[in-house]
Amino acid sequence: MSTLEGITNAIRMETAVKTKKIWIPESSAELFLRVAGLTVFGYRFFKEVFSPPYEIKETLRQCYSIGYKSLSLIGVTGFIIGLTLTLQSIPTLSKFGAQSLVPSMVALALILEIGPVITALIFAGKIGSGIGAEIGSMRVTEQVDAMEVSGTNPFKYLVVTRVAATTIMLPLLVIYADVIGLFGGYLASSFTSDTSIKLFFINAFSSITLKDLLPSLIKTFFFGYAVGVVGCYEGYNATKGTERVGIAANTAVVISSLLVIIIDMINVQIMTIIF
Amino acid sequence: MENSANDKILILSRISKSFGKNEVLKDINLEVNKGETVTILGKSGTGKSVILKCIIGLLYPDSGSVEVFAKNISELNETELKDVRKKIGFLFQSGALYDSMVVRDNLEFPLLRSGKHVDGMKMTEKVEEVLNSVGLITAIDKMPSELSGGMRKRIALARTLILDPLIILYDEPTTGLDPVTSREISELIIKMQEKYDVTSVVVTHDMQCTKLVSSRIVLLKDGVLCKEGTYDELEKSNDEFVKGFFESNI
Repeated sequence: MSTLEGITNAIRMETAVKTKKIWIPESSAELFLRVAGLTVFGYRFFKEVFSPPYEIKETLRQCYSIGYKSLSLIGVTGFIIGLTLTLQSIPTLSKFGAQSLVPSMVALALILEIGPVITALIFAGKIGSGIGAEIGSMRVTEQVDAMEVSGTNPFKYLVVTRVAATTIMLPLLVIYADVIGLFGGYLASSFTSDTSIKLFFINAFSSITLKDLLPSLIKTFFFGYAVGVVGCYEGYNATKGTERVGIAANTAVVISSLLVIIIDMINVQIMTIIF
Repeated sequence: MENSANDKILILSRISKSFGKNEVLKDINLEVNKGETVTILGKSGTGKSVILKCIIGLLYPDSGSVEVFAKNISELNETELKDVRKKIGFLFQSGALYDSMVVRDNLEFPLLRSGKHVDGMKMTEKVEEVLNSVGLITAIDKMPSELSGGMRKRIALARTLILDPLIILYDEPTTGLDPVTSREISELIIKMQEKYDVTSVVVTHDMQCTKLVSSRIVLLKDGVLCKEGTYDELEKSNDEFVKGFFESNI
């Protein structure tokens, strides 16, 4: 995450906490109930995703809405990160005469950590809050109840479709961000050397193995699932007026961002044992 | 007129409902006969909408039973409840139109999920029929955000009618509307009752609407149904609480 983005997010979160625009547990029991509620909600997704009727059309619509419409933001961010990372690495590595290792270092950093985590955090900010606000507003304006009385399972129509879409689309967006980031890296590298794009990419992938790619890809499915479940949970449980919609959106971003970091940490531990 | 047990399509027996320490409904008994329009009057926040939500199974009473078409709502499984709900229409206070869908999709949504297997042509015919009934066929391709409050209520009513319900529950159908539009909505409710021969339960505190649509009125006070009668009977009541509603209409 860029320094400016980090500071902006921190200020936003602090302001939200101070103005009570975000959910803060007032007791350990409340925190426990929240965690339990979220766990049951997440489990219900697996229970309902494999049972008919399958809302294929709505899931595809959500994939388009969640994935395609995030391409520009993720693309620009990925490009800038690749470019900045390379520009900052070149002087340091040059001091040790290791400028030829720049493509490998950038690729490893991007694919293993920065690409998935930054993309997931941006995704949590854009999509997680959007889902929280959308479902929350549907809840407080009784649209969710209207669905239920018209014989539709709102959990399946609203939650299962969105969580499936975030789980499918985030890994694709991460791959896209990594590729764009590497192009950014190549561009930065071309400012200081005559490396061809082919050579840059050969060097970049020379040090990456399936053992690196697989854990990095697997964790993005969990990131996507976490962002979807948290956004849906906050929105689905938003009651007591429109103020709760804003709180749901803010809380969705904070909790899902936190979960992304926690999942990343757990993933590293598990993958180190497995691979 | 004496009604047989078969005519009673909705029976609420001693239902009570609390939210935390707030006891909203206390031992409510209500029977609604086929073809009747019962209006529930009461102050804001006294649990009128809670009664409607208990009838359709969005909320469950803490004690007592709600029987719709001789089936206890609390004892039904998901599929059985879905079947009962197909026979009940619910007009929400806010209209509750799906704001990401145009009017046509809003109306097709319950049809597609009702399991009635309506083909494309018949679905379009049905959508146009109910929109004609509420006089808003021109709004078929509009988004809910492009509609006025009165139009939203009409479209919501059309969506309620599309599954041919036997009972319609109206949750404050005229709230937030000007007197002229309120009267139009009330007249529309009467027209729908005559055309589709439905049984209705109306929750409101609009006395003009109450006078126009009700065949019987029940008054809810402090969680208890305290008075019952026709509009003319209650209008002559000397009870201060009852008089309060009718005097506000003068």
